[in-house]
Amino acid sequence: MRQFKGDNIPGFFHSSVGQEAAIVGACLALRDDDAMTGTHRSHGHPIGKGANLDALMAELMGKEGGICKGRGGSMHLADRSVGIISESAIVGGGIPLATGCAFSSTVRGVDQVTLCFFGDGAVNQGTFHESLNMASLWKLPVIYLCENNGYAITTSVAQSHGQPDIAMRAPGYGMPGITVDGQDVSAVYEATARAVTRARAGEGPTLIVADTYRFDEHNFGLVIPGEPYRSVEEVEAHKRDCDPILLYRTVLIEEGIDEKSLRAIEDEVAEVVKQAVQFALASPMPRSETLHDHMFNSPLAGHYSFVAGQKRN
Amino acid sequence: MQNTAQKFVAAPGTRIEMTYLEALVQAQIEEMDRDERVVLMGEDISIYGGGKLIERFGKNRVWNTPISEGGFTGLAIGAAINGLRPIVDLSVASFVYLASDQIINQASKLQYMTGGQIDIPIVFRCWMYSVGSKAAQHADRPYPLFMNVPGLKIICPTSPADIKGLMKSAIRDGDPVLVFEDACLWPVKGDVATDPDYLIPIGKADVKRRGKDVTLIAIAGAIRPTMEAVDALAEEGISVEVIDPRTLKPLDYEAIRISVAKTGRLMIVENGHSVCNVGSEIAAVMAEEIFDLLQRPILRLSSPDIHVPFSPALEKDFFPTKEHITAAVRRLL
Repeated sequence: MRQFKGDNIPGFFHSSVGQEAAIVGACLALRDDDAMTGTHRSHGHPIGKGANLDALMAELMGKEGGICKGRGGSMHLADRSVGIISESAIVGGGIPLATGCAFSSTVRGVDQVTLCFFGDGAVNQGTFHESLNMASLWKLPVIYLCENNGYAITTSVAQSHGQPDIAMRAPGYGMPGITVDGQDVSAVYEATARAVTRARAGEGPTLIVADTYRFDEHNFGLVIPGEPYRSVEEVEAHKRDCDPILLYRTVLIEEGIDEKSLRAIEDEVAEVVKQAVQFALASPMPRSETLHDHMFNSPLAGHYSFVAGQKRN
Repeated sequence: MQNTAQKFVAAPGTRIEMTYLEALVQAQIEEMDRDERVVLMGEDISIYGGGKLIERFGKNRVWNTPISEGGFTGLAIGAAINGLRPIVDLSVASFVYLASDQIINQASKLQYMTGGQIDIPIVFRCWMYSVGSKAAQHADRPYPLFMNVPGLKIICPTSPADIKGLMKSAIRDGDPVLVFEDACLWPVKGDVATDPDYLIPIGKADVKRRGKDVTLIAIAGAIRPTMEAVDALAEEGISVEVIDPRTLKPLDYEAIRISVAKTGRLMIVENGHSVCNVGSEIAAVMAEEIFDLLQRPILRLSSPDIHVPFSPALEKDFFPTKEHITAAVRRLL
């Protein structure tokens, strides 16, 4: 956020602060070769799946060393090396992709599982319903993980869902629907691990709804005109009582981990983040001569449209 | 009784006669035989897949989908990212709009947006009904819409040989390829190479008829009235060169330039709507690049900016006909 405020990060910036437990808990239940799709709020998912932090930070800054070579940016932080096939900034757009990823595992006869993140807003998209139907029909090894933070930008679940209990959508498609405390990393992990076991056994998909909360605005610096859609008190109460990192810290202390060890871990994380920022700042901007790169796997001569002063074919 | 596959088994290097639709099915059979990653999916595909491919390849390769164009198109894209090479049959071209979010926002963009981390080897098939009272919601020709999207390859073959060779290239290609078939071409017969490795490269036009007076570019189903018109004009001593681009993206501008350099006259015939169609693009590029070679203004024939009507009385002159084409060529001379 300091880098965004300091103008080092262009574009939109959708923070996952407050939603860490839902992301990390779910990703921990996967193997490295399992697949994952995410959303426009894409900062947390790749970190949870174990992506390279240096390249993620460089991508946020639009640098050549970015994980997507500066072509994707903040909302699309895919890292194929750890199984992330895409993060979709079209709400609900990634749900069929995850379903297809699991479809491929079924056709190829491998025991790979796909984890599909989406928000409460995506539940009302057609892609959600079409995908859950096909996944159930063909018993695909996919886990639909709804990060229900209660708001689609400013529109609450109550204002937009005829059935606000999102897990209730699952029985309509012939699959289990489970709601968990999304601020409790262990609860999310356990629910996801059960769904993974079910998926690998060929028993099909599961819908998990992790109730969570975003501490920042939909995207950083977003100006909300008119009446506030959520009160300052509501936000502050969640920050005070429902911070998943502080909650898990308390759990660890109760389990006998001493304060000094926890501080050492936190210092280590801070150092890794600091190094990522340094890597990103030092990475060069992509050269304009590379503008056409990465458009095609099998490029064909003359495929690019005319640029004044350049030969077309 | 022989199935479709047995019927067309022959020694490499030979050619046999088959219809456009048979050639298309044969291309799919050969590529599914060659590469087990190729799967076919679509609504009612196991029945209407042509030659009942499910009997040959089984249910794990041929998937009947629910009526969920956006959903199964996205599913196929996800499968392509994760190791399969799907052929998605979207059936009627008007239905492609339902799938267009996934084609445009996902299939065309993810290779680029991930900095080349993700490949999407996928083929989207659909067919266009130009005539036959299908009315507006079954009669669209939406290829120009997709030409405006970077990251897609678009083919529009018009002969049995071309659909077979280009379809096979599309299935082997590493990127999303849209195939726009014109349903009026399905029964057209022609000689087709039986060599399973005979490919026609994406991006290469074909000169269907040599001529010296006018260059005429025909797109998809417009090839049929165009060839009739050209035959009639030849009897009057008017020599028309006919180019079939076969691939709409990338367009083979070099083939068009070479022809126009010879004839000095250019006309584009297609069944798409007149605004921002493939003719607009060709005309604009040729005006930019070889204006000085043109002896007459470029002419476009297409359908009007009106939805396709139902009534045969309104439909009969809606698309360019032989008579429209012959009259327009005379105007160019």
